Amino acid sequence: MPDLVFEVFRQERKGKPFEHAGSFRAPDERAAEIYAREFYDRRHESVRLWLVPRSAIHPLEDLPDEFDTSYRRVDGYSLKSRLREARERAGTLDSGSGGEAA
Amino acid sequence: MSERTDLLLEIADDELFLGWRDSEWTGIAPFLEEDVALSSIAQNEIGHARALYELAAAELGTTADELAFDRRPEEYRCTSLVQLRRLEWARTIARRWLYETADEIRLGALKASDDLEIAGIAAKMDREEAYHRIHAEMWVDRLLATGEGRTRLDEAVDELWPYALGVLDDELRPELRARVEARLQRTLADVEPVPRGVHEVELAELWEEMTSVRRSAPAGAGW
Repeated sequence: MPDLVFEVFRQERKGKPFEHAGSFRAPDERAAEIYAREFYDRRHESVRLWLVPRSAIHPLEDLPDEFDTSYRRVDGYSLKSRLREARERAGTLDSGSGGEAA
Repeated sequence: MSERTDLLLEIADDELFLGWRDSEWTGIAPFLEEDVALSSIAQNEIGHARALYELAAAELGTTADELAFDRRPEEYRCTSLVQLRRLEWARTIARRWLYETADEIRLGALKASDDLEIAGIAAKMDREEAYHRIHAEMWVDRLLATGEGRTRLDEAVDELWPYALGVLDDELRPELRARVEARLQRTLADVEPVPRGVHEVELAELWEEMTSVRRSAPAGAGW
């Protein structure tokens, strides 16, 4: 009987991003609401749920990386040491505060 | 035993037995999601029973566990509706729905009680029962949506109707009849309610199972 699949996104606290929590099958949206409450808020571990019929999801999977684009990522740079240098130049370096923003 | 503890034990026993009966579907419900949901509802009912036993236990100088598991089968006060073993889906749904409808009426009366502890626990239970009612109503609609479902629901309701009336005291029964008839759009038979205090054969069977661990380790099982 259950013929729809719902993907569930869960928000743990107000202001936090929704995260994929799992999926389940249900015969319709009304049943889906009931099951979602039981599965993802049984211990009041969520403040909000998004129930998305899997059919509403538009997947993009063809994401080739023909040229190495890793240089575009920031994780190769140490922002911390650069910040430190910049602060030294500016004469605003003080011990133990700031500088961790990266 | 005061009138107050009598009342608390009646409702607690109802919730405990219904929870046990519904939990008989764990692992074999019609589909996985329903299995998890119904098992969760069953646990909620047992949680309600515990809260009510605790209130009664405080007054009787005993514990919730002793009230739940150490009485003899004939001492339980649960209504017959929750004693019956009906491991058939339409009957399970009919029982759930009839019980929740009756329970809503009963809780409505208790919420207006002068006893603030009882009014408080009734309000708390009612907030959770609201979700059980949504679940039961959804299933009633699903059954009503097809000819076969309607027939099976009708048969189940007719069979359980005298037991459902027995959940409530005399003065609350007309309200139950009115709600059930309005929902099903038909008149229900004028039957003699099965009064509280009747012990079905199934009660002793369930009691054997329910108390087996407790009886095998009277000092308390260590987990």
